[in-house]
Amino acid sequence: MFTKKECVVMLLAGGRGSRLLSLTEKIAKPAVNFGGKYSIIDFPLSNCVNSGMHTVGVLTQYQPLMLNEYIGNGQPWDLDRINGGVTVLPPYQNNESADWYSGTANAIYQNMDFINRYDPDYVVVLSGDHIYKMDYFKMLEFHKEKGSDCTIAVIDVPLEEACRFGIMNTDNENKIIEFEEKPKHPKSTKASMGIYIFNKDILEKYLEDDDKDQSSENDFGKNIIPKMLNDGKNMYAYLFNGYWKDVGTIPSLWQANMDLLGEQPEFDLNNPQWRIFSRSNGAPAHFVGDGAKIDNSLITEGCEINGMVKNSVLSSNVIVEKGALVKDSVIMSDVTIKTGAVVKYSIVDKNTVIEPDTIVGKEEENREIALVTAKNIQYVKM
Amino acid sequence: MSSVAILFSNIHDRDIPELTMSRSSGAIPFAGRYRLVDFALSNLVNSNIYDVNIITHYNYYSLMEHIGSGKEWDLARSTGGINILPPFMRADSPVRESLYTTRLEALKSIADTINSFTEDYVIMSDSNIICNIDLKDVINYHKSCGADMTAVTKTVNMTRENVNNDIIIKSDENNNIIDIKRNTPDFEGVSQVYMNICVFNRAYFQNIINDAIAHNYHSMTFDVVRKNMKNSNFKVYNYENYIMSVVSLKDYYSASMEILNNSKVRTELFRNRLRPIITRIRNSVPTYYGESSNVKNSLIADGCKIYGSVENSVIFRGVTVEKGAVIRDSVIFKNTIIGKNTFINCCLSDINAVVRDNMILSGCQESPYFIGKNKRL
Repeated sequence: MFTKKECVVMLLAGGRGSRLLSLTEKIAKPAVNFGGKYSIIDFPLSNCVNSGMHTVGVLTQYQPLMLNEYIGNGQPWDLDRINGGVTVLPPYQNNESADWYSGTANAIYQNMDFINRYDPDYVVVLSGDHIYKMDYFKMLEFHKEKGSDCTIAVIDVPLEEACRFGIMNTDNENKIIEFEEKPKHPKSTKASMGIYIFNKDILEKYLEDDDKDQSSENDFGKNIIPKMLNDGKNMYAYLFNGYWKDVGTIPSLWQANMDLLGEQPEFDLNNPQWRIFSRSNGAPAHFVGDGAKIDNSLITEGCEINGMVKNSVLSSNVIVEKGALVKDSVIMSDVTIKTGAVVKYSIVDKNTVIEPDTIVGKEEENREIALVTAKNIQYVKM
Repeated sequence: MSSVAILFSNIHDRDIPELTMSRSSGAIPFAGRYRLVDFALSNLVNSNIYDVNIITHYNYYSLMEHIGSGKEWDLARSTGGINILPPFMRADSPVRESLYTTRLEALKSIADTINSFTEDYVIMSDSNIICNIDLKDVINYHKSCGADMTAVTKTVNMTRENVNNDIIIKSDENNNIIDIKRNTPDFEGVSQVYMNICVFNRAYFQNIINDAIAHNYHSMTFDVVRKNMKNSNFKVYNYENYIMSVVSLKDYYSASMEILNNSKVRTELFRNRLRPIITRIRNSVPTYYGESSNVKNSLIADGCKIYGSVENSVIFRGVTVEKGAVIRDSVIFKNTIIGKNTFINCCLSDINAVVRDNMILSGCQESPYFIGKNKRL
């Protein structure tokens, strides 16, 4: 017997994130390091607990080992609960079939039993690959106030970028009248953030129908949302005004890390009222040695800095040896940068060693980001 | 081989009044992100001892807040785990007898708990000891000797300057304890100092506690150990790696400086992959270094904002060092703000202090200047 919950959160974390190249060869995108001591999935998970939503299903599929281990029993996010808490939901076999999740909608559909155990009125669907701080409770209140069947969070994007997003055309009351996926000539700048709130009964019905439809790709953006709109369902756009970044590409991941820098950063993590929680191994305070010079950078636990670090974000246990220079770069955890090495405009993957006196990365005017892993270096145009 | 532990969290409070005004000595912050009790707790769990009783006295709020359920140390358990023992006062005991003054009195007051132990060995430790010790080695040694009690010591060259009320243990060539005494200021020379970590056989331990209650003994060292020395098997385990018992502000300061200046000690304590020192996770953000920052030879915790200069110092979580500020040879506890163009030398600043702009504060290595908790200067 499960306690009834007003809403259940379903967090889609199964994507490979192939545009992150070799960064996601061994791990799923939501498990990628961000901002020094975080993983990307820390943001939606922390948003959930900060919004008072404590029943979360995390849908995994691609390379789930790291992610499963990272989420564990949910303790860092206070989601280790007897009543609710976090549950990792991988694809499974039943007596009829054994299916991978064929799309975002199918992933939810295959886990309707999990949702129904809590008998919720609402289902919140999130993606595990965005960087933002958002109060989902406020969005749920908006959803209830409007008597909406489905509410989609949107963010204002520059008109020239609107063609990269799913765009909502709304009336004055924010009611969605049209949805266009990556339109060539966008009529509005309200881009979908991939955050949906559904009335559970309506969602269940649409997922059932979608599952029967052989031609469907079982995707929220491509199938479910357009179909609901066609049927004249009550759908609203919830406008979000904060920082939001899709970190699905190497340049956007690099840029989102850079947005954390500065005395008044574009995205400030330091808010005791809205903390981002992460699983930490509790490394010692970082040590800054005699040869160090650090400018406009974020440094975290376990680092040993003896060289120069400028405009960079360093994750835990990074070692920068004497005479090394790290500039305009994102260094993931357990990286060693040996003496005399230079790293610029780069993302360096976990556990990489940069050998002495090597130069990695190009100059600013090249407008390229180097992705450095233990195996190779790939350059990606910004 | 099962063991249960008893930690004393307050026994040294009176020795470091500055830092224990509002906390027990186990809760004294150390090395940027730890509390002293983290060493004792981590050493226990790293030695597979997951049944830990902590004796408190007064002012134990910050200790309890730090340890919480014990989850960081994997001590939040259905069986065993952390057991905090607040001061125990029987309904019929007069108030003046309620609070213990010695270890033995504290143990007598938890006799019911002690008599319920079923493990083979009882480990006792103070919580002001900085070391990364494998207690399995101590227990194995104790077992191989068939000892009743084994005491951990370190070799110290005693001078008139370093008198600290230490207990000195004399042993023969087979490590049998032959004398135990308090150090006196006139004593000089190399000796073995008791580190307040010991192992007892459980049944033997229960007997001496019950005997101490019956005979109204007060001192573990003199009424129990010294009296039973001849007819029991008491051994010494001399520990040769880094171990430091913090019993004065000067000790605390010099241990902090040693962590900075001796990378061997730093590695031994904090970089042992088999035996990590574990602490409470606070989810502070990474530390931001501004363009004007200049930091040398320092330990810096997360959540800080550094715009000024920091040299040879330990900076705890959430500290702000404003532009033009200079911090040298100092220890700055969490959430302190050091104002613009302020100069700080050989200071020890307790939590939440604010030092305003353009101040000059200085102590000296032998006697660091202490800035109290929540002080506004």
